[in-house]
Amino acid sequence: MKIGVCVKQVPAKDAPLAILDGGAWIREADIGFETNEPDGFALEEALRLKEKHGGEVVAISMGPERAKQTIKEALAKGADRGIHISDAEFFKLDPLASARSLAAAIQSENFDLILTGLQSDDQGFGQTGVLLAELLGRSHATIIMSIEVTGTRMKLKRELEAGWFQWVELPLPAVLTIQSGINKPRYATLKGIMAAKKKEIVTVERASLGVPDARTQQVERIYIPQKTKKTEFITGSPKEAAAKLLEKLRHEARVL
Amino acid sequence: MKILLITEQREGKWNKVSFETLAAAQQIAQQAKGTVSGAVIGKGVAALADELAGYQLDEVLLVEHDLLEQYTPDGYSIALRAVIDSAKPDLVLLPHTYQVRDFAPKLAASLGKGSAGQAGRGMIGDCIAYRHEADKLIFVRQMFQGRTAADVVFTGEPPWVVSFQAGAFRADLAAKHAGGKAPVKAASVDLKSEQIRTKPLELFREAKQAVDLTQAPILVSVGRGIKAPENIPMAEKLAKLMGGEISASRPICDEGWLPMDRQIGSSGQTVVPKLYLALGISGAIQHVVGMKGSRTIAAINKDANAPIFEVADYGIVGDLFEIVPALIEELEKTKTS
Repeated sequence: MKIGVCVKQVPAKDAPLAILDGGAWIREADIGFETNEPDGFALEEALRLKEKHGGEVVAISMGPERAKQTIKEALAKGADRGIHISDAEFFKLDPLASARSLAAAIQSENFDLILTGLQSDDQGFGQTGVLLAELLGRSHATIIMSIEVTGTRMKLKRELEAGWFQWVELPLPAVLTIQSGINKPRYATLKGIMAAKKKEIVTVERASLGVPDARTQQVERIYIPQKTKKTEFITGSPKEAAAKLLEKLRHEARVL
Repeated sequence: MKILLITEQREGKWNKVSFETLAAAQQIAQQAKGTVSGAVIGKGVAALADELAGYQLDEVLLVEHDLLEQYTPDGYSIALRAVIDSAKPDLVLLPHTYQVRDFAPKLAASLGKGSAGQAGRGMIGDCIAYRHEADKLIFVRQMFQGRTAADVVFTGEPPWVVSFQAGAFRADLAAKHAGGKAPVKAASVDLKSEQIRTKPLELFREAKQAVDLTQAPILVSVGRGIKAPENIPMAEKLAKLMGGEISASRPICDEGWLPMDRQIGSSGQTVVPKLYLALGISGAIQHVVGMKGSRTIAAINKDANAPIFEVADYGIVGDLFEIVPALIEELEKTKTS
């Protein structure tokens, strides 16, 4: 089974976010980056499918030079090779242009299966996997909690809302977006990290893919949201704060 | 401006977020001097179309076919593309449900085929608001897990596809039809079984819900900040002393530190207790949609910029491992005195 897994590099969870003057994007200079957490689950699922059915796992990441680190981490965990679609201003792309670029870059790979996380923790469009399926003419399913492959078909557990699930069957080749929590992602071993050094990462310039520049949408401005509620912050030592909070809940909000 | 609202139903029951999006469609139409058509898609859903026609709409489109009885992304996309190609709306509005996430980007990307210029239209998903400024529609969505907001505008050709987050609009503000009912028109749907690649099988719930968190008056909810499973009993003790139940954000249940039926948020339960105390929960959108309607929200978090404070009435910026024991001590003191 030839599996492509899309992994995105996003600002680290605890990175302090500052917004550029004008609100075009965040200030990237002083913050750390990490693999988008939902994509980590997709990678783990790809590795497990390869262990079960054989084949190859290719880690694909679009972004500036630093995005290569995310590919390297995937290689260290067991992916076989990487494709880096290089674009220093990746954040400017809309979901459709992103997906078109990915589709153009990986079309010739003819993957049996492409996995993505269900959304990214930065822009959170949540559209890449579905768009990729449409552009590549593949079937798809989203928010997947279990994958069983039998021959050229898959039985999938889709998560619905409010505690409901559904089994669906889908033919390969396909694109799936993976729900967080489907598995326990592995850590890279020292051996894996050493082996990754010999694995290939091919870099493709996004500009060379011939994807039209037209955008369907434009982010005008990013900003810190205005509070919808006025939060009353309670200060003091832990003991004082605890006592004050209980006092407020009992006598002001009257909920205790 | 011509607006098409696409509602959602499953097995003949509404997904109620549809009516929030209906309210949004009516508000946009009023400001942008537009019309609103509402579509109902499925099989045997004429009664739902009739119910929808009782709202202030210019028409209701009934999109029915045997192959639409169960949702599939292929069936819905093909049927709705035909509806959109024929109705030619400027704006297509949908509730941002798991189902919409599954097909709407595909539907948008398939629009405009056969027209001049490149096919493929844009979708701005998971919006929390819109603004109508100088004849321009600006859509507001969250980024960075709710830590920032973004104003987004369409720059490409219509139809433009937008989905609105659950809770972004009030369903009770959806206006009823002023004079009787909107006309219901059947849309023609041409679908063949070989066009549908997904085979939907049974719907099910995982385990029996052991607790019904929606009935709990007080919830003490834990997030990543609780750090380790051995710290859960501390939060459970606090919940018990407060007369409430313990609940959690998704990562805690994913880790297996609490069972899945304790999960609050878009993939878990939606709750409106009188008190929701969030311990070490950053407040990602997926969690907040499940609890923001709570009467009083209190949050304890070490990060003063955590989005949970956007919705909290009371906040303590600090170490929950110091504050929770102090709360427990204080509550035990009042109990014994």
